Amino acid sequence: MNTIPEQNFLTAEKGLKSWLTTLDHKRIGILYLISITFFFFVGGLFALMIRLELMFPQDEFFIKLDDFNQVFTLHGVIMIFLVIIPSVPAVLGNFVLPLQLGAKDVAFPRLNLASWYLYMFGASFALFSIFTGGVDTGWTFYAPYSTTIDRSVISMTMAVFIIGFSSIFTGLNFIVTIHKLRAPGMTWFRMPLFAWSIYATGILQVVATPVIGITVVLLVLERLLGIGIFDPTMGGDPVLFQHFFWFYSHPAVYIMILPGMGIISETITAMAHKNIFGYKAIAYSSLGIAFTSFLVWGHHMFVSGQSEFAAMVFSFLTFFVAIPSAIKVFNWIATLYKGSISLDTPMLYTFSFLILFTIGGLTGLFLGTLSVNVTLSDTYFVVAHFHYVMMGGSIIAFLAGLHYWWPKIWGRMYNEKLAKIACGMVFVGFNVTFISQFLLGLKGMPRRYATFTSEFAQLNGFSSWGAFLLGAGLLLTAIYLIHAVYKGKPAGNNPWGALTLEWTTSSPPPHNNFEKSPTAHYGPYDFDKIVVESTLDD
Amino acid sequence: MEASYSDRPKHLAHHFAESKQQYDSAKLGMWLFLLTEVLLFGGLFLAYSVFRAWYPETFVNANKELNVILGGLNTIVLITSSVTMALAIRSIQLDRKEATLKYLFVTLLFAFTFLVIKYFEYSHKFHEGQLPGKFYTFEGIDGTNPHIFFSVYFMMTGLHGLHILGGIGVITWMMIRVRKNEFSSQYYTPLELTGLYWHLVDMIWIYLFPMLYLIR
Ligand SMILES: [Cu+2]
Repeated sequence: MNTIPEQNFLTAEKGLKSWLTTLDHKRIGILYLISITFFFFVGGLFALMIRLELMFPQDEFFIKLDDFNQVFTLHGVIMIFLVIIPSVPAVLGNFVLPLQLGAKDVAFPRLNLASWYLYMFGASFALFSIFTGGVDTGWTFYAPYSTTIDRSVISMTMAVFIIGFSSIFTGLNFIVTIHKLRAPGMTWFRMPLFAWSIYATGILQVVATPVIGITVVLLVLERLLGIGIFDPTMGGDPVLFQHFFWFYSHPAVYIMILPGMGIISETITAMAHKNIFGYKAIAYSSLGIAFTSFLVWGHHMFVSGQSEFAAMVFSFLTFFVAIPSAIKVFNWIATLYKGSISLDTPMLYTFSFLILFTIGGLTGLFLGTLSVNVTLSDTYFVVAHFHYVMMGGSIIAFLAGLHYWWPKIWGRMYNEKLAKIACGMVFVGFNVTFISQFLLGLKGMPRRYATFTSEFAQLNGFSSWGAFLLGAGLLLTAIYLIHAVYKGKPAGNNPWGALTLEWTTSSPPPHNNFEKSPTAHYGPYDFDKIVVESTLDD
Repeated sequence: MEASYSDRPKHLAHHFAESKQQYDSAKLGMWLFLLTEVLLFGGLFLAYSVFRAWYPETFVNANKELNVILGGLNTIVLITSSVTMALAIRSIQLDRKEATLKYLFVTLLFAFTFLVIKYFEYSHKFHEGQLPGKFYTFEGIDGTNPHIFFSVYFMMTGLHGLHILGGIGVITWMMIRVRKNEFSSQYYTPLELTGLYWHLVDMIWIYLFPMLYLIR
């Protein structure tokens, strides 16, 4: 029988104050988990409001036409800046990375806590904006609309600015941690691939995020002082705003997806009990993605009036981004070959990821193709594409990671049967929602419209039912995961029989992570050399 | 093996094995932070390049309105302050606390001098109506959209000025910590990081000065 160790990081100190002043990376990860989950459900509610409105062709079936733009903007802003960007690094990166490296904490624990406070401070600006006029610009805040409307744009963009700094500090902290705090024996190429992906993400966070910072500062100054640099009537250039914005926001796509890819490398090896195929190829492709992602921002601007030559170059370079992503997918599939695969919940989510991310990635190539893009630009095809990458990629990988590390975080196992049902609901609900939207886009339905003609009715209705199923699946997930925290069966140190260092310490880990500072004696996936039994009792 | 708790120096945080590891980490972190600063300013440098390419004549003519003497003086002030900052760090390496305090104080004085000179420049521009964007009222610069030049000028020098203010805060804090005997030749990492920051702020000005004042 497994038991929960009496001394662990959860019991080390008691009371709300001990949580709000904690410097323990594991506790900070949990603080993020709570806040991000809250915003995930807020953003999800906005999504359901959109789908309710679009269920039938009538105007104002559920929300007023005027409010519709606000609702999809808030859905986008919250999901991107408050949920997906911080999700994997700030929650799982915080909790798992130091454990995987065999470190006692991240390099700068106080900066780590400060990042969480910055996140909450920024989030409060976002909430303030919602209650003082909101924003209806879309999450992209394009000028000159965003600089002229009478809405609460300043506080929303300041939220983006502040949360951006939270993201920078998280990335910086992780880069230094990986460089300087690896345990003895933990060479670069003995690092788990999750750590590699967090490293590549950190580079993107540090290099790309300041640019969105200065962009929103310029936007705020444009509103406050009319500096005119984005205003065509004053000799400024609104397309310059788009360049600024996408110089950050394309790499941001990889800030969102790279850590998810890292999770998949962990779950796929642990669940197939097999060494990863092409370790170095996967590690280097993370860096390759980080690098190429800076060269393709113009593919968001094919119809903006940028020069045709630039558009051709951006289109060409966009195909290059696909190469490192494809390297990863092929290596994961090859890892499964002849593995002994356990079909536990993390593995089901991993399969979901492989399917959904591949669809999302391939449709990205459609959109990167110049001539096809001109037709599909601003249709539901684009919406479906990035939901396949953001939700089907990042969020599904996040769920895979949560289910994989949940027993490590709390020491307790969730109800596997419910988990598998919920995973099925999420997978089916997601595909119903967004395959419909691919078809809608191909038929020419424009995105961001509050209403549509009857020819789009059937697919829209279909999409809405899918969204409700998806929402129900996620709600069920939240319920059994929270239940597991209090009532789950003790899981033991290593429920999956995995080899990375976090599984060698107790579940939940002690305050200092390890009883004795660990040494890495073998690679993270040497399943051919070492056999570890699962500690889960059946 | 880890050192036992009793022989760990006071400044060494619990999650580091030894001082050097902590020092290296802090330094790497600071360099990464400086990289983000470069990119923050990078956006403004880009805006500058775009508009200078679009309105070359305006930039040449508007730049004549800037006071090269005051700008040059400020350049000298900042470069000298970088020297005194370096001397402050050298002094703490030699355990000369009084000298450290003295050099930090001089650095602080230079920082204030910079701001005072900047204040005179700004107030002259305010007076003339050479202001950013829609507040621009000056007449007498040939070329299209002269207000854009002053938008760029005020954004770049303004953001830089904010960094000087930040530097003043940090240097003051460092002086307090030196006085409290927190640093010695064994441990002066925060002081060194402050120096790195100050040199960067100085460097950015060294780019701003020719870009804004010396267009001919
Ligand atoms: Cu992109």
